Amino acid sequence: MSPISKQVNWSPYLVGAGIGVLSWVVFVVVANPIGITTAISQVAGGVAGMAVGGEAVTQNPYWAKHPMKLDYGTLFLVGTFIGALLSALASRSFRIETVPSVWQERFGPSVTRRMVVAFIGGALAMYGARMAGGCTSGNGISQGLQLAVVGWTFLVVMFASGLVTAWLLFRPRN
Amino acid sequence: MFPITGNAALILAVVFGAAFGWLLHRGRVLDYNVIINQFRFRDFTVLKVMFTAIVVGGIGVLALVHLGAAKFHVRDANMLATIIGAAIFGVGMVLYGYCPGTGVAAIATGKLHALVGAVGMIFGAMLYAASFAWVNSHILSVWKLGKVTLAGISGLPHAVLLGLLAAAAIALFVTVERSGVERR
Repeated sequence: MSPISKQVNWSPYLVGAGIGVLSWVVFVVVANPIGITTAISQVAGGVAGMAVGGEAVTQNPYWAKHPMKLDYGTLFLVGTFIGALLSALASRSFRIETVPSVWQERFGPSVTRRMVVAFIGGALAMYGARMAGGCTSGNGISQGLQLAVVGWTFLVVMFASGLVTAWLLFRPRN
Repeated sequence: MFPITGNAALILAVVFGAAFGWLLHRGRVLDYNVIINQFRFRDFTVLKVMFTAIVVGGIGVLALVHLGAAKFHVRDANMLATIIGAAIFGVGMVLYGYCPGTGVAAIATGKLHALVGAVGMIFGAMLYAASFAWVNSHILSVWKLGKVTLAGISGLPHAVLLGLLAAAAIALFVTVERSGVERR
């Protein structure tokens, strides 16, 4: 057996329990539940500021509430990236991937096709997450574990919508 | 002593975020194939991770709240916005192959399509900010329930609901592991 720091396929139950315990810690220590998309929209505000000027961004009613700054949420997002990078490096599993195999089996090896759909999917996921008030992390896990109605509504509708989409994309064809 | 604020909290943000990113990678949920195959019922890793996190997290946080060590952070249930947003999110997540957190983390493991999708996420966030005034008055304002929980609307105790949820999660896990559906 190789040491656990080098194994990539930890039990999903162990990983889930780890995220659960991490939730205990963040609720107590920083009173700030795990979440991702508020920080991404703050970053988007920073990018928009470079494109159209900071004044236009601060006048936007949404970004006025969520200005770009290095606060807890944006640094948690940075940390998420760093943690995944450290894990990939420690386990020597960093691999450049442009077209994943399940996609390729269905849609072929075209890089452009995969990238265009990833871009559209990312845009839709982010738009939907902001309207719903959070993503799989902030809404699904952090609100879900508090039994919040917003979290469970999100989980059920998101999963149903994803199932239909996956069926339309990957259904057997003659 | 808690909660910690100020610069110390900013350092902790990176540490806690790194723990989250590390766990996501080791749980294999930074793999497009694993996430997509959950929605095709060929791989249940995503549900195992999420349900375990919710049950373990939920029991601990409830206990900590009762001990006075933590507070709940329940957000408003703006039902129309949550339903429409989650429906759009589900389409986007399956097209992208990632949710926002796993997408950002997957970039760090070399997934270039996750990076392109993250640029899409920045674009989506800009669209949301641009449309926020309209969304706020026409969608966010409809069917607002406030900071409600399943315990509050059902009248059942929070701990009982968590127990039922834990039982449902275990039943699902046992069914999945016995069915051999993941080994086909």
